[in-house]
Amino acid sequence: MKTWLLIAVLAVGTVLMKALGPVLAGGRQPPAPLTRVVALVAPALISALIVTGTFTQGQQLIIDARAVGVAVAAVALWFRVPAVFAMLIGVVVCAVLRFLA
Amino acid sequence: MRWTPEAWPEGLRASMPLGLPIAAVGVSFGLLAGPVLGAIPSIVMSAVVWSGTAQFAALTILASGGGTALAAGAGLLANTRFLPMGFAIAPSVRGGLVRRLLKGAVLADASFVIGHRGGGQFDISAIAWAAPVQYVTWVGGTIAGVAGATAIGDPGRWGLDVLFPIFYLSLLLPELFPVHIQAAGRRARRQADRRNLRPIIVALLAAAITLALTPVTPPGVPVVVAAAAALIGLRAPREPVTQRSAGDGA
Repeated sequence: MKTWLLIAVLAVGTVLMKALGPVLAGGRQPPAPLTRVVALVAPALISALIVTGTFTQGQQLIIDARAVGVAVAAVALWFRVPAVFAMLIGVVVCAVLRFLA
Repeated sequence: MRWTPEAWPEGLRASMPLGLPIAAVGVSFGLLAGPVLGAIPSIVMSAVVWSGTAQFAALTILASGGGTALAAGAGLLANTRFLPMGFAIAPSVRGGLVRRLLKGAVLADASFVIGHRGGGQFDISAIAWAAPVQYVTWVGGTIAGVAGATAIGDPGRWGLDVLFPIFYLSLLLPELFPVHIQAAGRRARRQADRRNLRPIIVALLAAAITLALTPVTPPGVPVVVAAAAALIGLRAPREPVTQRSAGDGA
């Protein structure tokens, strides 16, 4: 039940955020400070999600095979390897390390 | 109408190369979401939310032990970028209330780039025609992933749990280093941000907040608190020394 509620909230919320501009603004811009904050939410949030997915296990901070896989993928992305292949490389590195451990 | 690529609508043609990578990310979402949400909810989620960023964000919170409310909060925060994007295309969107709502609703990240015609002008029909390929491959990929998940079992055993952070990294790097990473098409849009170190500062601050809070708060809380790092945007940036491209007011 909670899962369906989550899905409904995300679906409605996403459509609202996408459509609010076209519905409300006839060429008008939102206040500049608001635009600046909203533009920075993405890097803040994404960075926090990367840290959570790489270094945490519940409430513990740990460095394990995931950190190595993500680091290798980061290097690949930096050299403009497409995201799909970077993901593949990260998965393989992580799986091999776990297999060896 | 000739059924050749040349006769296809511009947006449809431009969105074709996106099919494979989007399907691949859809498969990874299905693989990871299947065991957490269940098969049918995972597929329905992709069909009605249609946003990898929000769906992965919500799933990251749930998988790390956070509750539904925090997962919804993270998912919605992940999509707040659509607010400024919606306002950016607004001047180019014509028609009545319902038409404007529908045109806004089909907006997606890649479509925004495909439809940009420079100088704040957008080709709304290109944006709308870019949607079908992205939607079908996203939902189709999710179905394939969910089907694969039952065969694979625990994604952690195969290293699949690193798909989350790497997917996000692929979104974050172009955000932080637009000059180095981004393709020519996206460069024009970011031109105004070129001398801007703020995204990097904000990302480091958010990472530090997350690391500091993880041991002391319930799972999911650090991510939502870290998003508050974006509030440094309230301060007006210093004026750049040289102002070459005026009129691209973004």
